[in-house]
Amino acid sequence: MRRDPRRTVGLDLNRQAQAALLFLLGATVLHAGLTDLHLRYVKAGLRPLLLLSGAVLIATAAATIRYAWRRGPREHDAERHREPRISWLLTLPLFALILVAPPALGSYSATHTGTALQKPFGFPDLPARGPLRLGVGEYAARAVYDDGRHLRDRPIGITGFVALDRTGTPYLVRMTLNCCAADAQPVKIALTGEIPPVLQPDTWLEITGTYTPRRTRDPVNGGPVPYFRVTRAEPVPPPPDPYDAT
Amino acid sequence: MAITRTPPRGTAGPEPEPEPGPGPGHSPSREAGADREASPEESRHLTSPLLLTAVLLTAVMVQDPVRRALAAPVMQSWMTVFVAVVVQALPFLVLGVLLSAAIAVFVPPSFFARALPKRTALAVPVAGAAGAVLPGCECASVPVAGALVRRGVAPAAALAFLLSAPAINPIVLTATAVAFPDDPEMVLARFVASLLVACAMGWLWQRLGRTDWLRPPARSSYAGQSRGAAFWGSVRHDVMHAGGFLVVGAMAAATLKAVVPEEWLRAAAGNPVLSVPALAALAVLLSICSEADAFVAASLTQFSLTARLTFLVVGPVIDLKLFAMQAGTFGRAFALRFAPVTFALAVAVSALTGAVLL
Repeated sequence: MRRDPRRTVGLDLNRQAQAALLFLLGATVLHAGLTDLHLRYVKAGLRPLLLLSGAVLIATAAATIRYAWRRGPREHDAERHREPRISWLLTLPLFALILVAPPALGSYSATHTGTALQKPFGFPDLPARGPLRLGVGEYAARAVYDDGRHLRDRPIGITGFVALDRTGTPYLVRMTLNCCAADAQPVKIALTGEIPPVLQPDTWLEITGTYTPRRTRDPVNGGPVPYFRVTRAEPVPPPPDPYDAT
Repeated sequence: MAITRTPPRGTAGPEPEPEPGPGPGHSPSREAGADREASPEESRHLTSPLLLTAVLLTAVMVQDPVRRALAAPVMQSWMTVFVAVVVQALPFLVLGVLLSAAIAVFVPPSFFARALPKRTALAVPVAGAAGAVLPGCECASVPVAGALVRRGVAPAAALAFLLSAPAINPIVLTATAVAFPDDPEMVLARFVASLLVACAMGWLWQRLGRTDWLRPPARSSYAGQSRGAAFWGSVRHDVMHAGGFLVVGAMAAATLKAVVPEEWLRAAAGNPVLSVPALAALAVLLSICSEADAFVAASLTQFSLTARLTFLVVGPVIDLKLFAMQAGTFGRAFALRFAPVTFALAVAVSALTGAVLL
């Protein structure tokens, strides 16, 4: 178990390195919280806590520097005990967030996970006539569990991203979050009608069309997937919050 | 240059590098001696701030090849899940660390002696029920339980608190009620089963637990330091330590999410006997925050209510992330014994509770 002192020199994080790491971590969390970056990974409701924890991390870094400086280098060395080398791993989320900033979950996860459509508690009334704007989840729930009562014979607009399953069937998908992207689940709508001839997975589309009672089953988990008859499809930029706000 | 000195064990590798536990043949004094011998070397050789700078610079320089390597969809979704678990858990970890530092510095040990019954057998259920007041998920409860042990609370009681707090606090129970609108008895079943598991584990530890399995407190005392220095020192230590183990847990959860195909779950759901252990294993592997697991359980509609109750009871008491953090706080010797027993007990208790209540 004994470590060769020469080899491990520098591997145990000392106070300054810990302060630097804490500061970087805090600054990264603040950056993610202040921009839309955090919306790729967690729900908007976590934002105040994210900002708070970023501030606490920076304060901890400042306090570490302050007390280490006040005590002076000699005393510091004498008191140095083994700091966990596992702390080095904290650099990984730093790199991941600063350098890569992985995108929100997209078509890959959507095609590998079954639709998570659930029966809602109730169906609030929609405007009686005229065009409708609905979320993917709302359209799917009303189409499957409400027999499309308010959806018939009117133009409907929906925004989501494209996913193609193994057979090439196109779906319009929106992922829903309960807590963070680790538990993200897709809600899918199968497309029919005037679908654009070339569809790239992960393209965000705003589709306009009408309700159709036709349904199918999700190839992954057998969940219900309603169809939507497309009349027009326009590429749009990804929304700031890529997940369904339910 | 500096990088070539990095030993092959790698600073950013996926392998956890836990501290050597208090196993046989390990002498802390010798270890400290080795560190002191190393100190003069440090000035001439590589210091950790220098190494950190080197690592950061290298990462910036090689970012383009790294990005290309990560462009595969499976790698991207792995990274997204990894970052999401860390970003989601970090605020709760920081809150728990602040609370544990406050307990360690500002609450005198005599407070716990007065607040908890003298007899450990009675202190266990009291501490378990007290878990209801910590509104957070499991990331917050680990450092708090560690602080309780250091403050002289009987380990059995602190462990009961550790297991009950993430499962029975009002936020989690409300989330459960919202996720299961048609089955309100689910909330009661979750509360009862989780509290039972926590108390049973506390009593079991009182009977069979040995103190040498628990790592002795890393910091014996903050005597001689000002309260501010002690408080921030505790926060720094806990964030660096528990944060590292959180990263390990997040990597494991992301890997399993990317690897385990959903078809297996469908096969397991069809079998009533197999469905309970299947969801218990899923709860361990997914390492979902306890404030959100109810919604995930609700979406597993192909499974029976008892199987889903197992998911809700097992997840907050033992999962990959929690195991890594427990190993970090209490030592590997502890976690290796405690985790499997907790798992078996949680599965048994939730199956029984499900049979009675659901």
